[in-house]
Amino acid sequence: MRLLLDALRWFIDPSHYQGSDAIQTRILEHVEMSGFAVLVAIALALPIGLILGHTGRLGFVAVSVANVGRALPSLALLALALIVVLPLGLGLGFWPTVLALIPLAVPPILTNAYVAVRNVDRDVVEAARGMGLGESDILRAIELPLALPLVIAGVRTAAVNVVATATLGAIVASGGLGRYIVDGFALQEYDRLFAGALLVAALAIVVEASLAAFEKAAVSPGIRHPGSAL
Amino acid sequence: MTAGEPLIRWDWIASHGGVFVERGLQHIELTLIGVTVGFIIAFALSLLVLRYRRLEGPVTSITGTLYTIPSLALFALLVPYTGFTVLTAEIGLVSYTLLILIRNIVSGIRGVSPDVHEAAIGMGYTARQLLWRIELPLALAVIVAGIRIATVTTIGLVTVTALIGQGGFGALILSGMLTFFSTEIIAGAVLSVSLAIVADAMLVLLQQRLTPWVGAG
Repeated sequence: MRLLLDALRWFIDPSHYQGSDAIQTRILEHVEMSGFAVLVAIALALPIGLILGHTGRLGFVAVSVANVGRALPSLALLALALIVVLPLGLGLGFWPTVLALIPLAVPPILTNAYVAVRNVDRDVVEAARGMGLGESDILRAIELPLALPLVIAGVRTAAVNVVATATLGAIVASGGLGRYIVDGFALQEYDRLFAGALLVAALAIVVEASLAAFEKAAVSPGIRHPGSAL
Repeated sequence: MTAGEPLIRWDWIASHGGVFVERGLQHIELTLIGVTVGFIIAFALSLLVLRYRRLEGPVTSITGTLYTIPSLALFALLVPYTGFTVLTAEIGLVSYTLLILIRNIVSGIRGVSPDVHEAAIGMGYTARQLLWRIELPLALAVIVAGIRIATVTTIGLVTVTALIGQGGFGALILSGMLTFFSTEIIAGAVLSVSLAIVADAMLVLLQQRLTPWVGAG
């Protein structure tokens, strides 16, 4: 209870809203790193997942990517990214963190996109083909809208994971909310530690809730949600 | 990472076998405690949810929130109270298994065909017999699938507990990161992923032994 009060006092201290360690700056950095990584992952994984789902090829690969992804510890990804980035001279902080976040975000997006398109009723696709739609039109106008909620569910899983792991980036000197936690540990300042943890938890819950709402809104009226693949 | 340093120094790996064994045992211990305690709690909560349907909403949203909170934040919230201890690590690890395990236990038991249910009641099974002799054996494949996901996830999360002084193979990864020593990072990462793959394969074998009538998930 006392700690919660200390954390509250930390929150209302005006000096924590100034300079490079300001709360709003740290939140922005956190969202920047996470958003960038998720966008790159979407650009990489979504087309592949959708096309594999449409053709029905390489299903085994698309599904086992998710299992392999789960076995890769986020801390290991961050450490391995460090090995890749340092010799390139990109420095500590932003790049090693983002490079660790991208492979973390790819598997759920790819697998969900694949499963989502596969789950679309084959009769509907056949009917579209019979009406003379081309393959790319079928994917764009028929399969994608029907698959959208499940596709967004994959992005949601990825985004929540990425926001959580971006916190670890502070170990390799990135900005973001992890700074308060890692510095709080190092300096044994439990008010800063506690406040940082509350901020990270709140951010993760906000991202999860808003993408969940988006997922619900994306369901065409008249079809029931088939449930996430992961 | 340091100039002139090879990516992997095999002599370092060869001379650190004892450390790997020690870290491996710690990793396995942290995982086993986490998944076992998580399963016991999840099992009890699942029975409650199956019995009292109105508990489903609260149980799902509480375990879902726990699952969403980043692990490092959860550890940070606990450390001021429970310190840099195994207890702190386990509270975190257990809370991440709950959502996965409860979802699979509940949907496994609900997936038992109503006809089978009806037949068992017709044959005079009590509620308790129905659960232990009919529903659980039939739900076992789905339940073990949940245990597989929980185990692999926990093995990954154990590495993060290196930041609170535990960590198993994660301790190697973290120390390699802090000293820019790539050999130690790669050793820790490879060993951790290998442990996850081996554990998953062992659970698949277990599931095939226990439920020979279904294929591997």
